[in-house]
Amino acid sequence: MSPAEKLVYMANQIARNLETAGRDHAARQTAEHIIAFWDPRMKQMILNHLDAGGTGLSEIAHAAIAEVRANVDA
Amino acid sequence: MTYVRQNDFGTPAVSAEETVTLTIDGRDVTVPQGTTVMRAAAEIGTAIPKLCATDNLKQFGSCRLCLVEIDGARGTPASCTTPVASGMVVHTETPRLQKLRRGVMELYISDHPLDCLTCSANNDCELQDQAAAVGLRDVRYGYEGENHLGLETDTSNPYFDFDPSKCIACSRCVRACDEVQGTFALTMDGRGFASKISAGLASDDFLGSECVSCGACVQACPTATLQEKAVKEIGLPDRSVVTTCAYCGVGCTFRAEMRGEQLVRMVPWKDGKANRGHSCVKGRFAWGYAQHADRILKPMIRASIADPWREVEWDEAFAYAASELKRIAAKYGRGALGGITSSRCTNEETFLVQKLVRAGFGNNNVDTCARVCHSPTGYGLKTTFGTSAGTQDFDSVEQSDVMLVIGANPTDGHPVFASRMKRRLRQGAKLIVIDPRRTDLVRSPHIEAQHHLPLKPGTNVAVLTAMAHVIVTEGLANEAFIRERCDWDEYQDWATFVSEAKHSPETLAAVTGVDPTELRAAARLYATGGNAAIYYGLGVTEHSQGSSTVMAIANLAMVTGNIGRPGVGVNPLRGQNNVQGACDMGSFPHELSGYRHISDGAARKLFEDDWGVTLDPEPGLRIPNMLDAAVDGTFKALYIQGEDILQSDPDTKHVAAGLAAMECVIVHDLFLNETANYAHIFLPGSTFLEKDGTFTNAERRIQPVRKVMSPLNGLADWEVTQRVAQAMDLDWHYTHPSEIMDEIARLTPSFTGVSFERLDAEGSLQWPVNEAAPDGTPVMHIGGFVRGRGKFVVTDYVPTDERTGPRFPLLLTTGRILSHYNVGAQTRRTANVAWHPEDLLEIHPTDAENRGLKDGDWVKLASRSGETTLRALVTDRVAPGVVYTTFHHPMTQANVVTTDYSDWATNCPEYKVTAVQVAASNGPTDWQEDYSRLSERARRIEGVAAE
Repeated sequence: MSPAEKLVYMANQIARNLETAGRDHAARQTAEHIIAFWDPRMKQMILNHLDAGGTGLSEIAHAAIAEVRANVDA
Repeated sequence: MTYVRQNDFGTPAVSAEETVTLTIDGRDVTVPQGTTVMRAAAEIGTAIPKLCATDNLKQFGSCRLCLVEIDGARGTPASCTTPVASGMVVHTETPRLQKLRRGVMELYISDHPLDCLTCSANNDCELQDQAAAVGLRDVRYGYEGENHLGLETDTSNPYFDFDPSKCIACSRCVRACDEVQGTFALTMDGRGFASKISAGLASDDFLGSECVSCGACVQACPTATLQEKAVKEIGLPDRSVVTTCAYCGVGCTFRAEMRGEQLVRMVPWKDGKANRGHSCVKGRFAWGYAQHADRILKPMIRASIADPWREVEWDEAFAYAASELKRIAAKYGRGALGGITSSRCTNEETFLVQKLVRAGFGNNNVDTCARVCHSPTGYGLKTTFGTSAGTQDFDSVEQSDVMLVIGANPTDGHPVFASRMKRRLRQGAKLIVIDPRRTDLVRSPHIEAQHHLPLKPGTNVAVLTAMAHVIVTEGLANEAFIRERCDWDEYQDWATFVSEAKHSPETLAAVTGVDPTELRAAARLYATGGNAAIYYGLGVTEHSQGSSTVMAIANLAMVTGNIGRPGVGVNPLRGQNNVQGACDMGSFPHELSGYRHISDGAARKLFEDDWGVTLDPEPGLRIPNMLDAAVDGTFKALYIQGEDILQSDPDTKHVAAGLAAMECVIVHDLFLNETANYAHIFLPGSTFLEKDGTFTNAERRIQPVRKVMSPLNGLADWEVTQRVAQAMDLDWHYTHPSEIMDEIARLTPSFTGVSFERLDAEGSLQWPVNEAAPDGTPVMHIGGFVRGRGKFVVTDYVPTDERTGPRFPLLLTTGRILSHYNVGAQTRRTANVAWHPEDLLEIHPTDAENRGLKDGDWVKLASRSGETTLRALVTDRVAPGVVYTTFHHPMTQANVVTTDYSDWATNCPEYKVTAVQVAASNGPTDWQEDYSRLSERARRIEGVAAE
């Protein structure tokens, strides 16, 4: 797995474990988790991946990374 | 401190509210009802002669030496078996008693060698003491008759000898093995004159028997019958220092008994609140690594790992380390540096390493080996209860009616606590074991689990959810507790979730492999059996759903109200001695000490004001992220204190690739470990015997570690880290670890009441120790959870992505055994290798037969990550389809096989589930051969000939 693919896998795994909370809630929790536990370079890499189309991200993970983006921009 | 034998009150203390006052030799004494006359006398300093009695064993009444006279009572009762009574008048020294005792002693001595002057127990022998105490001057029977004096000594055990010629048949060793250790390996064989102590069958010697070498029998022996070899070789100690064991998370307290600067023996301290005077083979005996010839005592450096090491002075090593770290920070940015703290080092040392990273390196790239063991415990318990720690003290088990042990094998991993569990189980507590293997607890002498749920590896969450389903749908939830203590809305959401039909034991059986009837019965027992406590280990955490499983466990405790009082709770059994402490000290990249998130501005400001720096508010890299970043080229330098990530972390090839990609790896350790093969700077470490500090055990108990000898390398580990920090221009001037603890207390709300002074005075303290709990906190969450209301978390079962298939049809799970510790760096350098010289692959007879394998055959163990070879142990302890091995030996490198899958929340590796294939092998794998060559090359030291 490339570094970006690994982060996609991690984001999807977090989202999958939280998805029983429902899409929006799970996306928010996934974003909060990534903000709280990922190093800045990991965040930047997954944001770059999102900007490049977000290939491989699940629906919830995709929404979560978008929330991370909004948090970074805020 | 001069050597003083620990006081022995003869019989165990009794805890009773009612007291009794009696008179002994004219002195009044008041003791709890049920106390023996012997103990009551000892309480006022009257030592009644005794041989078969000792205060950690139940009274036995066989030696007839402790006779007393009691006014109004007939005869001369044994004081060890006579309970006190109100108004009782006891006489311990009368002419009649003296005559009787001399007669008894005469018989003992008539069949005992009179070699006191050359005996290894001379001056430390209770028989000798009692002969003196009773005034024995003559033995009328002579020595010509039949006796036991010529019996051969059994020297098979590497740590102690058994000389039956000196045995007085008091049965203390047998009773210690039964009552204290719970192994029942020893027995009194024969009757009368033919009585003799036997380790198992008559054909067994000690080494070949079921004896686990815990040392309880040696400690109990009143003569030199069972004697430490070290005492025979060195002589009796002349002083002792109380300190804390550096092996597992039980945190046993020992007296390090010294002769000058030489350690003679480690004897469990009876006042130790974690171990209550017991020990295991590691803590009691396996300390020889401290003086092993492999210790590296001089710093070494090299520009490239292709070069041999060059020994240098400390100053040069520190200057070189600082120059490399500064060079790399300037070239790649400060984010290219990081550090790993050690769960084998003290709280103070750990605190300094994370401080060096945060304040010196200027980032939060610090992590600890808890990443690969109990990081899900931190996440799960903080989320549900509000604090990242177990809820109980060890004493709590004595009030448990039901124990649920999941993913833990305490007999091997936490042996001293396992003995306490077994004692409670023998008293009648019920046991549920959830484990793919039939661990020792499932069935051992006088213990049998009511329910063993042999689940398929990786299905913990499904099993626990099914148990919750039973509890909720059968109306067994403790609604009053939940309404009072937990968030009711969250509970309802969770209850609705677990009540769904798809979570029934019957439906989930297809996934878990667990008999639904048995699971339902286990759930009912846990919910309704009285005080129910959950104990868990790495079989819970080291999964892709490790954090979910911890939260599922917390859910079970809350739904049944089994939290917030003695006898219940959620108890993670910590692997290494200071895992709890390393986590407490802010070793995780997202947390400051006391589990405060690095983004918490108020918490950060406390540290910034104290340290005079600005801290990065962003979390740093975890260990696996560091290795990924290294391979990716953005992480270049790592300071590793007391860890061997190459051997202990998963997917060895990836770890090696990460280390090889770094420009500066600093290994600070006792030995040239496997990670050091990839290091550029080696800083010699010091053992727990060579420094002061504290460890915090699995019950949050902070205990002193005391220097009993000078550091062989000249510096304690905290001094080494301080010198690195000073070379990095940090203004640190600690003169003693107590000053570091003062800083920890100043900055950590749960430690505000902790100081070395208090620890010296009180022995230990369980955090939180602060204004709200000035004497510490043995049991947490009494009256309310730390986070406010307990949080039920929906834990959906998500299967691991590691799947079996045609290429890899078996599931590998890894673990530990009793005689070795973690990567074995310490225990492999002791005589413990007598029990476990190599890692073995446990495989079920059916799976072995299908592959044409026999017990002892060399086999290749292969996964999608890598392959290794080791020998097979054919056993039905593992279920069909499951294989098991340990990771104690570097030439096996079991982690070559494990994968990079990890817990979703914490990246704790999934050691417990790897799809593998096993086949016959006729030689080492390419990896093993390559690694062997690399290892030999990487360990060269200029000017030092290889052995």
